[in-house]
Amino acid sequence: MPKIIMTADDSASVRQMVGFTLKDAGYDVVEAVDGRDALNKLNGSNVNMLITDLNMPNMNGIELIEQARAQKQFKFMPIVMLTTESQDSMKQQGKAAGATGWIVKPFKPEQLVAVVKKVLG
Amino acid sequence: MDKHREVYREEAYELLLELETALLELEETPDDQNLIGRVFRAMHTIKGSGAMFGFDDIVAFTHEIETVFDRVREGRIPVTKDLVDLTLLACDQVKKMVDGDQIDESAKENILEAFRKMLPDKGQMEETDPELREISHEQPETPSPKSQIQSVTYRIRFRPNPEIFATGTNPILLLDELRALGTHQVKGQTKDIPSLKDLNPEFCYLYWDIILTTTEGINAIKDVFIFVEDECELRIDIIDEEEELQGDSDYKRLGEILVERGDLSADELRKALSDQKRLGEVLEETGVIEEGVVDSALAEQQRVRQARQTRQEKALASSIRVAADKLDTLVDLVGELVTVQASLSQKASTQKDAELVSISEEVERLTAELRDNTMGIRMMPIGTTFSKFKRLVRDLSSELGKEVVLTTDGSETELDKTVIERLNDPLVHIIRNSIDHGIEPPEIRQAGGKDRQGTVRLSAVHSGAHVLIKISDDGKGLDPEVIRAKAVEKGLISPGAELLESEIFSQIFAPGFSTAKEVTDVSGRGVGMDVVKRGIEALRGFIEIASGKDLGTTITLKLPLTLAIIDGLLVQIEKAHFVLPLSSVEECVELTHEDAKNTNGRHIMKVRDEFVPYVPLRELFGINGDKPLIEQIVIAELDDHRIGFVVDQIVGEHQTVIKNLGKVYKDAKGFSGATILADGTVALILDANGLSEVAMMEERGFRSIV
Repeated sequence: MPKIIMTADDSASVRQMVGFTLKDAGYDVVEAVDGRDALNKLNGSNVNMLITDLNMPNMNGIELIEQARAQKQFKFMPIVMLTTESQDSMKQQGKAAGATGWIVKPFKPEQLVAVVKKVLG
Repeated sequence: MDKHREVYREEAYELLLELETALLELEETPDDQNLIGRVFRAMHTIKGSGAMFGFDDIVAFTHEIETVFDRVREGRIPVTKDLVDLTLLACDQVKKMVDGDQIDESAKENILEAFRKMLPDKGQMEETDPELREISHEQPETPSPKSQIQSVTYRIRFRPNPEIFATGTNPILLLDELRALGTHQVKGQTKDIPSLKDLNPEFCYLYWDIILTTTEGINAIKDVFIFVEDECELRIDIIDEEEELQGDSDYKRLGEILVERGDLSADELRKALSDQKRLGEVLEETGVIEEGVVDSALAEQQRVRQARQTRQEKALASSIRVAADKLDTLVDLVGELVTVQASLSQKASTQKDAELVSISEEVERLTAELRDNTMGIRMMPIGTTFSKFKRLVRDLSSELGKEVVLTTDGSETELDKTVIERLNDPLVHIIRNSIDHGIEPPEIRQAGGKDRQGTVRLSAVHSGAHVLIKISDDGKGLDPEVIRAKAVEKGLISPGAELLESEIFSQIFAPGFSTAKEVTDVSGRGVGMDVVKRGIEALRGFIEIASGKDLGTTITLKLPLTLAIIDGLLVQIEKAHFVLPLSSVEECVELTHEDAKNTNGRHIMKVRDEFVPYVPLRELFGINGDKPLIEQIVIAELDDHRIGFVVDQIVGEHQTVIKNLGKVYKDAKGFSGATILADGTVALILDANGLSEVAMMEERGFRSIV
């Protein structure tokens, strides 16, 4: 059974690139267009890992991480933040909310796969 | 990728539309934070995704606008009609870029300029924005070649915080990643696991000791732990390096390792040692430390011993000894062969005989290969010289009552045997100086907040056709004021002279200079550094000095890889040929009569906005005849300045076999040797440094007459 990864991003092109890359690497991918959508889709799902943008409408990435961590099922799930904001403050906020790691945009497909392997195995 | 770009385009159109709507609404209600956020986000997404799909021009363009809107979001820049107008214009521009239309660069630049004007502190932003830098410069992914070759053994202790699981981190995966880096021994430590009733199943009670031998370098190890840096206790120590001790596979004793790791205090060790049983057993029995801890330390001992043994075996199996003079003869012969081959090639090129040409080309290829190989045989790793200094440092420091340790780096770097031999004396001098003048006595170091133990660091690294050898210490550094005062006292400089710090430092290379107040056995007789400088220059090398008060001193020696054959640039004045070492040549430019006239007879030329003085070699050497209409200036890079040499013609690159000028001409300044050209004539090899000195002296003489 391939592991399922959710990508939450308001940019269709980023979702597509993440989806394409990860499917190619043998994972299943679920897409969500913002934080709220992601939270809805997480509910009752078997998602093994979450890759989320930080800057999103409706619910931003930090809040999404907090909300997901509050649920028993996703308490220990790897969560990676996807952000162009390489500034430390955002990273720290994300880490404090419970993120496992981060990827700074722009990134190459190999970098994405490397990080996923690192936190998901 | 093209499919992706298409998706990006569609998305960008949507975002631009969204941007336009939001901007128009914003014009009505300029204070609406929500709208400002929408504008920022749209711009941000256009930029962020653009970067991933290779729209670099869009990224660069939107970056400026995003920065402005970031300020707007923070309330530092107000929303005005002008801003909205300008942003709408920018939208149209982005749309054109997405379309792939012809871009009017000046219109684009005007828009950017207008945005930049809104940011008073723009200049700094540009340089410090890490995001942009990542886009424009691909990060080098492979470590430097040196660190690839060297295998180093690390001791890593990884103790994650108990709450580590709450961030979704799986420590096992990190250990797997470490394992992939090289030969390893991982020992999990379980002694912190509490009894069942106190155990919180969501906590991590384990920590790990890992001994890893890898060629990847310490950064690769740090990268493994990049996400958990702040959530764990991580200690990485180098416990064995390839260059450390060449003939000894023995490693530290168990007790030493445990004390170094902080698992055992020195007192506990002494107590345990007074017992007669094996140390490990005793420690376990007495319960000072757990069995696992001892096992882990023993594993380290074993691992390093193994690594050293393997290296030793490798080194033994792969070399044979040859008498040095046999090698020298071989190099001489190859030199002759190179000369003869050049003359063969020249002959062949004038004859219209295809067969001869092809044979001569073959000979040329083989000769070049033979030459490189022969030179390669003469190359020796500098490590043998380095290891000799360990003893020197040990003896000297105890003699002077100082605590000094010598570390070496890059001892596998290869240099011509002759260069290495002749390097010994200068290095001894410099190291002595470092220990005697540089490193402070232990008490003073301690009082100044430094380690009692001073460090002298020797390193060698390749840099093009040169090897850089650095000797640095962490001592008290050079005091420019003291040196200046001394130089004035010795009459080396005039009292009011305005000198750069580097110029002041270089005074210590002047003959008869010494700053030590009292003469010790070791140094301070004032015969030191000028001899060093001359020694290095005789090897066609350069010497540089850098220092900071209380930070220590670094002396850098730049040496050519080999002395016997160099790549040269062959130039011509009338019928005479000369060779300049290609390593010192920077570029060649033309000099017309008009250029020469325009500077009112001063020998100066503007090359790329920099004034470069030049020396007409024809006049300097007193060669008769008429100048050609267009002369050539060969610009050479010297220690700290550039200088041009004017010649009639540049013939081309030339493999130069260096011949000594012999005793009679050994004092001839400006020439470092001679070589035989393909047609049998002799060309002198010019020494750029010496020539520049000669020219300066001439110039001064000339001025004093006027």
